Amino acid sequence: MQEPTAHQVAANATSSFTEHLQRDRPELLPYNRDLPAGAAAAPLQVPHATTIVALSYEGGVLMAGDRRATMGNVIASRHIEKVFPADHYSVLGIAGTAGIAIDLTRLFQVELEHYEKIEGTLLSLEGKANRLGAMIRGNLPMALQGLAVVPLFAGFDTAAGVGRLFSYDVTGGRYEEREHHTVGSGSVFARGALKKLWRPNLTEAEAVAVAVESLYDAADDDSATGGPDPVRQLWPVVYTVSRSGARRVPESELAAVAGSIIEARTIARREA
Amino acid sequence: MTQQFYVSPEQLMKDRADFARKGIARGRSVVVVSCQDGIALVAENPSPSLHKIGEIYDKIAFAAVGKYNEFESLRQAGVRYADVRGYSYDREDVTARGLASVYAQSLGAVFTAEQKPFEVELAVAEVAQTQDEDHLYRLTFDGSIADEQGFIVMGGQADRVSSAIADGWRASLRFPGAIRLAMGGLVTDAEAGALPATAVEVAVLDRLSESSRGSRRELSESSRGSRRAFRRLNDADITALLAEED
Repeated sequence: MQEPTAHQVAANATSSFTEHLQRDRPELLPYNRDLPAGAAAAPLQVPHATTIVALSYEGGVLMAGDRRATMGNVIASRHIEKVFPADHYSVLGIAGTAGIAIDLTRLFQVELEHYEKIEGTLLSLEGKANRLGAMIRGNLPMALQGLAVVPLFAGFDTAAGVGRLFSYDVTGGRYEEREHHTVGSGSVFARGALKKLWRPNLTEAEAVAVAVESLYDAADDDSATGGPDPVRQLWPVVYTVSRSGARRVPESELAAVAGSIIEARTIARREA
Repeated sequence: MTQQFYVSPEQLMKDRADFARKGIARGRSVVVVSCQDGIALVAENPSPSLHKIGEIYDKIAFAAVGKYNEFESLRQAGVRYADVRGYSYDREDVTARGLASVYAQSLGAVFTAEQKPFEVELAVAEVAQTQDEDHLYRLTFDGSIADEQGFIVMGGQADRVSSAIADGWRASLRFPGAIRLAMGGLVTDAEAGALPATAVEVAVLDRLSESSRGSRRELSESSRGSRRAFRRLNDADITALLAEED
């Protein structure tokens, strides 16, 4: 009788919140759901989150997202936030089906905190990146039905002392990016802008300006990406992660950065 | 087939309770003190990694005495309960009262139904905006639950430690005063002298963790604007705190 008991205890000893839900409360997972057959035939009209940019700078990484969610040709939200702190040393941004993406973010935040509380220590940055990949893979059946979520993950590797950046595909494939990366509908335009604006060893303030300007360029050409909105005082959400942890860049700072970009573009009077 | 002897239910319960009490009395004590800055949890524990005090949720902490494997499994179950609840409802909906009642039910069920009762005693503490709204629950091996005011002392020498704490406790204590009081009380437990920082495990639930300042500058460095009130103090933190005046 001894051995099965010990085996059972070992099998139940998980530090992962997702595994716990999978076993005890599978209905709470954002994925893991059977959609009715034929659902893929007509794509659902649900809000989609759009462009996220991330780039490295001297001493850390930065992630920024615009504030728009779209549903077909309609703007579903002007205020949505798509970049979140995952824990003290990492942030994630999400593009794709907003409803699933936001729950996935919440699940990921709890996953990291749960591990920290059970084990009494932080998960390594690689470990966090792998967990996120596994969650995205869990969502693959939904992605095949058109409800895809594509995240971007950035964090400070406290062991190595550097900021690192990870991109994903819908199958959960995880790729480390060295300089910068973008996801979402406006990503092509933001990436073009980053190629010209980014250079090694940017300061934190320069990095914020580069991120906001690349989102401005994405909003210029992609209707699903929202630009800075001086009328409603809406600015992108920007997080920096450095040795001292994740920090949300304050609105006042972003207003000044966006203001100077708009001003420079007004003076230049360029058509495209 | 051997014949089972008849044992009266009273005798059975008494034997189980005595067994559990003996197990708990062997352990060292833990003190939980509510004070002006928040709630301080102090345990006599020479191990820096096998904790008797743990974080459950944003404002909720856990402290235990007794058998490590038993209270550790209860602590993990508590973290799971709180995280599932917070994830499926909202973070605000996780309360110490709910958690304490789940603990009471599990302890009660084990006490009556299992081969042997848990040899543990637990404290569940929740810090609030004001000291009046703090909650301290004490749970014993048989599933009894008590709502305590001011402080909780558990473990081997609980009576002696408790009277020492009761003499010195005031609602206006700050963290240094509360931790000094708790460590002073725990000394009556040990043979001689004051306890060094390495012999105790200290954690706090910071009442002002969400304000950007935090209640104390040195604590707030790592906890700036955090909804998580729980902070484990290392030896250097404890020494620095104890050196301070109230």
